[in-house]
Amino acid sequence: MEEAQRTVGRQSVTGMLLALVMAAVPLVAILYATHTRLPFVASQHGSGIDSMINYTLITVGVVFIVAHLIFAYFIWRFSRQDRVTSRLASTKAEWRWTLIPVIVMILIAEGGVLVIGMPVWRELYGTAESDNVVTVEVTAEQFAWNVRYPGKDGIFGQTAPARIELPVNPLGVDPTDPNANDDLYLGPELKLPVNKPARILLRSKDVLHSFFLPHQRIKQDAVPGMVIEVRFVPTEIGEFEIACTELCGLGHYKMRGVLTVMPQEEFHRWYTESTDLYFPGE
Amino acid sequence: MATAHVLEHTHTAGSFLGRYIFSQDHKVIGIQYFLTAMVMALVAGFLAIMMRLQLAFPNETWPLLEKLFPLGMEGGVMKPEFYLSLVTMHGTLMVFFVISFALVSGFGNFLIPLQIGARDMAYPFLNMLSYWTIVPACLLMIASFFVEGGAAAAGWTAYPPLSAVQNAVPGSGWGQTLWLLAMALFIVSFTMGGLNYVATILTHRTQGMSMMRLPLTIWTMFIAAILALLAFPALTAAAIMLLFDRHFGTSFFLPSGLYIGEQVLPHQGGTPLLWQHLFWFLGHPEVYVLLLPALGLTLDIIPAFTRKPVFGYRVTVTSLLVIAVLSLIVWGHHMFVSGMNPYLGEFFSIGTLLITLPSAAIGLNLIASLWGGSVRLTTPMLFALGVIALFGTGGLGGIFLGNAVSDVYLHDSYFVVGHFHFMIGGVTLFGIFAGTYYWFPKMFGRMMSERLGKIHFWLSLASFYGMFLGMHFLGLAGAPRRYYSFTQFSFLEPVVSLQLIVTISSFVFAAAQVIFLLNFFYSLKKGSKADKNPWNATTLEWTADSPPPHGNWNGEVPRVYRWPYEYSLPDAPQDFTPQTTPPAEAKVTM
Repeated sequence: MEEAQRTVGRQSVTGMLLALVMAAVPLVAILYATHTRLPFVASQHGSGIDSMINYTLITVGVVFIVAHLIFAYFIWRFSRQDRVTSRLASTKAEWRWTLIPVIVMILIAEGGVLVIGMPVWRELYGTAESDNVVTVEVTAEQFAWNVRYPGKDGIFGQTAPARIELPVNPLGVDPTDPNANDDLYLGPELKLPVNKPARILLRSKDVLHSFFLPHQRIKQDAVPGMVIEVRFVPTEIGEFEIACTELCGLGHYKMRGVLTVMPQEEFHRWYTESTDLYFPGE
Repeated sequence: MATAHVLEHTHTAGSFLGRYIFSQDHKVIGIQYFLTAMVMALVAGFLAIMMRLQLAFPNETWPLLEKLFPLGMEGGVMKPEFYLSLVTMHGTLMVFFVISFALVSGFGNFLIPLQIGARDMAYPFLNMLSYWTIVPACLLMIASFFVEGGAAAAGWTAYPPLSAVQNAVPGSGWGQTLWLLAMALFIVSFTMGGLNYVATILTHRTQGMSMMRLPLTIWTMFIAAILALLAFPALTAAAIMLLFDRHFGTSFFLPSGLYIGEQVLPHQGGTPLLWQHLFWFLGHPEVYVLLLPALGLTLDIIPAFTRKPVFGYRVTVTSLLVIAVLSLIVWGHHMFVSGMNPYLGEFFSIGTLLITLPSAAIGLNLIASLWGGSVRLTTPMLFALGVIALFGTGGLGGIFLGNAVSDVYLHDSYFVVGHFHFMIGGVTLFGIFAGTYYWFPKMFGRMMSERLGKIHFWLSLASFYGMFLGMHFLGLAGAPRRYYSFTQFSFLEPVVSLQLIVTISSFVFAAAQVIFLLNFFYSLKKGSKADKNPWNATTLEWTADSPPPHGNWNGEVPRVYRWPYEYSLPDAPQDFTPQTTPPAEAKVTM
C-alpha cells in the first residue's frame, strides 16, 4: 500500500512536469508568433493571402491553445489517480463526441478555403482583361533571372533555344524578327509601374525554378517547356527582392533578382525612352 | 492448419545462418529491419548534423569533416552542391530507410503474427526475400556518396530536369543513378512486404479474431500495406522512366529546347510535371503509410498505461479508412504552384482539408483515451503522449499548407520543413521509441532501463520543439527550404539568428539518441529479465514467451474471445482481461 502511494507520488510529479511542458508549448509558439513578421504586403491580392493566413493563424491558434490546455489538464489530473473512474463510453457517445472536432474542422479548414480562399484564388488565377496591363517575360536559368519587355510594338521577338549565344543572345531571340528590334532587356531587374496589372510570362531555360516575390505574395514555379502566366498588381513603390524557391542546383540559394516598382509616369517614360535594348545595335 | 504450421517451422530453425541471417522467422526479420534502420539512422542523422553546422555557422571551416569527405568539404568549407547532397540523402534515408524500416517493416513484421495469433507470416520466404532486397538498396545509397560528383543532390523528391540531366548539378551523375536503382529496389521490397501483410492479416487470424477485434496496430499496418501496394508502383514506373531519360535518350520528363551546359539537349515532348504527379502519387500516401502505424502503436500502448480501453475504437477504425481513401486523391497539394491547372488546385485543396475531419477525430480519441484512466507515466507511455502532442501540432500546421491560398506564400518554405518533421519525423520517431520501450521485453526477454529512457524522453521532447516549432515561424518570415545559406537576401536577415537555436537543439537531440542506443544495447545484455506479460497487457503477443520461440506459441495457437482493450472490467479478477480469457470467466464487452 505504502509502495503504491510512493509510486503515485512520483507519478504525479512527472505528470505535473509534463502537463506544464504541454501548457508551455502554446506560450512558446505565441512568443515566436509575436516576434515574426511576414514581409509587408505590396500587392493587391497579397492582402487576400494575408487574410487567409491570419484567419488560419487565429482559428488554428485557438484550437492549438485549447487542445494543449485540455491535454495538459488530462495528464495532470489522471496521473494522480490510481483507479479507473470512467471505463468505456457508449458507442453513441463516442460518435457524438466525434462531431465536435469534425464540426470545428469543417468551419476552420473547409470554411476558410471556401469563404476566404476561393475569391483570392480567383483573383490570382482567374481570367483578367488583357488591356491596360504591362506584359513582361521572365526567363529563369541556372542561376539568374532574365527580364525582357516587348517594347513599343507590344510584341516579343520570337525565340528559339538553338539561337542562344552567350553573352550576346542569352534568350535565343531571332535577330531577323522585326518585332525583336525594340525588345527591352534588363537582366535580373524587373521594373513595373505601381497600381497597374502586371502580366508576367514565366519561362525556364533549363531546370525548374520558382519565382518568389515575398512582399508581393507571389510564388510560381517556372517550368521548362511551359509558359506560365502570373498576374498581380503591385501597390507599393520601392525596391524588392526576387528569390528562387524551387531547388535548381548549387547556386539556388543566391539566385537573386530585383523588382523595382515605380510611379506610373516614371515607368512610362523609361519604357518609351529606354536604351536597354535586347539587341543594342552596332 | 495450426499443426501444419508447427511442422513447417520446426525444421527451418537450424544453423546460426538459418536462424539469424537468412531467417524466415517474422520476429528475426522484424528485428533485422529494426537494426538496419538504426544503422541508417546514424548515417542520416549525421548528415543532418552537418547541414545544421553549415546553416548556423556558414563561414566556418571544418578540417575534420574534410578528412571524411575530401571533395564535398574541400579546404574544410562545405560546397553548396555537397550541402544539396546532404539535404537529399538525409530526406531519402530518413523517410524510406529509417522510418519505413523501423516502423512499418520492423514493428509490422514482429507484431502482425504475434498479435493476430499466427505462427508466422503467410509467406515466410517472401518475407526473407523482402529483407534481403533492401540490403543492396542500403549499400547503393551509402556508396553513392563516394562516386564521382557525389550523392544525388536534386532533393528527396528528385524533380527532373535537375535529376535527369547529368550536368545540371554535380550529384546528377552516378549518384542520381544509384539513388534511382536503390529506390526501385526499396519499392520492390516494400511490395513484397505489403503483399505479405495483407495476406497474413486476411487469412492467418486465429479463431475468434474477427476484424473488429484486431488491435489498432494491426489495423494501421493493414491499411498502410494496402496504401503502399496501391501507391508505390507509380514511383517504380517513374524511377525506371527517369533512368531511361538519363541513360537511353527517352524524353518522358524532358521537354524540347532544354539549354543546359551551354548546349541545347536533343530531348523533346516530355514534361517535368509528369514526374511530380507520379512522385506525389506515391509520396503523399507514403506519409500515411508511416503516420498511421505510429498512431496504431500509440493507441495500443496507451490503454496499457491508463488501464482502460481506448476511446472510440470504431470511430478510429472508420477514420483510418477514410484517411486512407482520401490520401490517394490529394497528392496535388504538393503542386499548388507547380504550373498545373489552377482549377485542380482548388479540388486538391478542398480534398486535402477533408482529411482534417477524420484526423481531428483520431486526435480527439487519443486525448479522450486518457479520460478517467489511471495514467502511469512509464517511458513507453511518455513517448506515446509525445506522439499525441506532436500529432496535434503537425496536424494543425497542415491546415495552412493544404489551403492553396496560404500555400502560395508558404510553399517550399521552412514552414513546410517544420510541418513534415512534426508528422513524419516526430510522430513516427516518437511512435518508434514508444514501441521500442514497450515491446523490447517481448523482442529480447529483457526490460530497458526506465531511468535512461526517461532522460531520453525529456531531452528528445524539448530539443524536438527547439528544432521544429521555430521552423514554422522561419517559414512565415519567408525562408525558403534547401538554401545553403541565408546571407544573400536582405528580407531573410531576421531568419539568420534563429538558425542557432535550431542547431543547438539538433545537437541535444542527437545526444539524446546516443543515450537511447546505450540503453538499447546495455539492456540487451544486462536488462532485468522480463516475464511473459510485464505490462499486464491484454493482446495476444503477451501470452507468448519473452522472447517467443520459432512458431510463437509452444502449444496450441491461442483462441480469442474478446476485443483487445479489456482493461478494468468490473467483476474481473484482475484489472486486465487478456483476449484469450473465455466469456465464462469474465464478461465480454466487444
